[in-house]
Amino acid sequence: MRRLIYLLPLLLFVGVGVAFLRGFDRDPRDIPSALIDKPAPDFSLPPLPGYKEGLSNATLKGDVTLVNVFASWCIPCKAEHPIITRLAREQGVTVRGINHKDKAEDAIAWLKRNGDPYASIGVDLDGRVSIDWGVYGVPETFLLDRQGRIRFKHVGPLTPQVVDEQILPMVKHLRSAS
Amino acid sequence: MIPELGHYALVLALFVALVQSGVPLVGAATGNAAWMGVARPAALAQMLLVLVAYGALTWAHVVSDFSVSNVVANSHSMKPMLYKVSGVWGNHEGSMMLWVVMLTAFGAAVGVFGRNLPPSLKARVIAVQGMIGVGFLLFILITSNPFTRVVPAPLDGNDLNPLLQDPGLAFHPPFLYAGYVGFSIAFSFAVAALIEGRVDPAWARWVRPWTLAAWSTLTAGIALGSWWAYYELGWGGWWYWDPVENASFMPWLAGTALLHSAIVVEKRDALKTWTILLAIITFSLSLMGTFLVRSGILTSVHAFAVDPARGVFILVLLAIATGGSLLLYSVRAPSLKTGGLFAPVSREGSLVLNNLLLSTGTATVFIGTLYPLFLDVLNLGKVSVGPPFFNATFIPVAIPMVVAMVVGPFLAWKRGDLLGALTRLWSAGVATVACVAVAAYVTNGGGPLLALVGVALAAWAFFGSLAEFAERIRLFRIPVKDSWNRAVNLPRSAWGMTIAHASMGIAIAGMTGTSAWQSETIQAMKPGDNATVGAYAVHFDRVGTMQGPNYSAEQGVFTVTRDGRHIATLTPQRRSYPVTRMTTTEAAIHTTWLSDVYVALGDPTQNGTAWTVRLYHHPLVPWIWIGSLGMMLGGLVSLSDRRFRVGAPERRSAAKGTLQPAE
Repeated sequence: MRRLIYLLPLLLFVGVGVAFLRGFDRDPRDIPSALIDKPAPDFSLPPLPGYKEGLSNATLKGDVTLVNVFASWCIPCKAEHPIITRLAREQGVTVRGINHKDKAEDAIAWLKRNGDPYASIGVDLDGRVSIDWGVYGVPETFLLDRQGRIRFKHVGPLTPQVVDEQILPMVKHLRSAS
Repeated sequence: MIPELGHYALVLALFVALVQSGVPLVGAATGNAAWMGVARPAALAQMLLVLVAYGALTWAHVVSDFSVSNVVANSHSMKPMLYKVSGVWGNHEGSMMLWVVMLTAFGAAVGVFGRNLPPSLKARVIAVQGMIGVGFLLFILITSNPFTRVVPAPLDGNDLNPLLQDPGLAFHPPFLYAGYVGFSIAFSFAVAALIEGRVDPAWARWVRPWTLAAWSTLTAGIALGSWWAYYELGWGGWWYWDPVENASFMPWLAGTALLHSAIVVEKRDALKTWTILLAIITFSLSLMGTFLVRSGILTSVHAFAVDPARGVFILVLLAIATGGSLLLYSVRAPSLKTGGLFAPVSREGSLVLNNLLLSTGTATVFIGTLYPLFLDVLNLGKVSVGPPFFNATFIPVAIPMVVAMVVGPFLAWKRGDLLGALTRLWSAGVATVACVAVAAYVTNGGGPLLALVGVALAAWAFFGSLAEFAERIRLFRIPVKDSWNRAVNLPRSAWGMTIAHASMGIAIAGMTGTSAWQSETIQAMKPGDNATVGAYAVHFDRVGTMQGPNYSAEQGVFTVTRDGRHIATLTPQRRSYPVTRMTTTEAAIHTTWLSDVYVALGDPTQNGTAWTVRLYHHPLVPWIWIGSLGMMLGGLVSLSDRRFRVGAPERRSAAKGTLQPAE
């Protein structure tokens, strides 16, 4: 019994060590969205001038959808744009956009220059809807299931790694699930 | 060529360290004196080789050799020379080099100064020190090689983070690391004692000076860091319970406990297994600090460039060092003989209380620091733990600690007289009440009640420590001249204790004063505007621009007056460093040694005509660092005690030359 007391420090240390080891997989800066597994907030955004469709809760239902918050003034958005384009064109993922605090002519020019992978874009001129979605910077990307529930959120530009390891498996899973 | 020499020396040092960690250990186990004798030259050789490597890296920084990637990443040809030299340790690779320099220097110091150590213990201590060296040299060579070249060499470097280009921070890491690494000696002694299976008063007497040296430098390192945060970050805070700050505070707390429990082992031959455990824990916390800062598993304001491979490597080192030593502890500690008995109310008892409270404090900081990680790993959500938690949990532990700190030295060994001790403290009690009354009067009852508790603690610690000293020299009870003679003849360790304990009181006063009664004014000011902070009026005269060696700065000129009297002209700066594209605030501080007036020039407003100006009045804040300095000084004075220098408690036993500890 007395020996056990002398073993205690070692056992405690092993516990701490395991926590450290598992801590490597976590990013302490990674803040989860409170909206995960909740329906997207009620919203309805108009289209860009000259575009047919905007974005609303109704548009989001029916298919697994990637919603990407972007702006023409945002440099990282340009960096992730080819990745989003590839997701839409090559992987057949429905991608819709929220154009965040942007001038319409700038956004249209930007889409002309860099290509337009979005099935539809909602214009969030004053950023109110983005606040409801919990966006605190552009770019941010959400993945919604067929019922229009938010299932995944990524803050910052998408990387091939995030797409391959998180988004594509999740899309596959959500499509087969419902 | 010179960087390659450094690299080569580093590899060579690794092989020497391998020899150092093996041969003497075998020698000690088999009683082979020649093999044990390898320890000392190996420790010296390892230190010299590491110094050569460190010198080579410094040389590359000083001459701005931009073919070395470490220099490119952290230096610039226009950087002032001081920061070229301090920039060596201002980055991950270089700071690990400094770590190893300290480590090997301590190992060599045991080799040189440990003449009185029993040969087998000395061989084992140096061997364990060598093992730590192997671990860290491997770490540097495999994951963090500072000598890597870049081809083609860029024309100039990326410059050092401007926040680190500061005299206070230039000397912060060497002190901090000397402290962290100094505890490695206590660790090596603990492990060696476990291997030997023997802990006795002599062992404690050998461990104490090393612990004292490490503790003193760590105190200085933490104080410098907090001073830097105070004047450089521009928000006037001096402690934020940030994980990296906590990483340095935990070894300090544990080291303080170790310092005191070693006294009990030395004087009374008790608390042996506990002291061994503390020595292991203290160094493990130092290692853990290194791990936390460099692995990125916690968010902090000042983390190093984070690389998972490095994190895993340090975790493995931590697992081997701490896990291995704790395993050894669990096997060997139960068979260590327990020593003298004592009553709960006694000097030993008070030191046990000190240890309990310090350990609880360490555990509190530990839990608060790692709680976010534990919760996250267990998938229980994300939280952050901030100052409110630490203030609510640490202060209640600190209060009884300080109260007891004063009473303890009045108690006799074995069995003390608490009532008698308290009676002899009446003068300190009166002084404490007077200080609280003065504080309440001066502040007009302003500030939280806890502030008055803080004042009471500070006064109690300060006057109580002096009262203990007065008691020892029988002040006012025998003629002053005799008291003086007694004071001169007191052991330096007694002086050291009084200085350190009284300084703790001074530091507490500073912490209390600035936390409870600081006033701040933050407003947009145009030149010509007036503002007030505390009892001071501040006039914003003008803004000029100036050019530094590697930065340009906006410099504000402020006139501080009090009741119409001119107090000071302050010139805070906003520096922009073009290479790193960073701005830093250089606060301007006017100190009266009782309080600071602090002005920081913030960002200009959007149209560029006004600036965000932060004005603070910090009462008593300089005392934090005066007190810290005093604590360090106390440690150093105690370190110069004759029984450490000679390695024996009294002259008589030294003359006999029988320093071998009796079984």
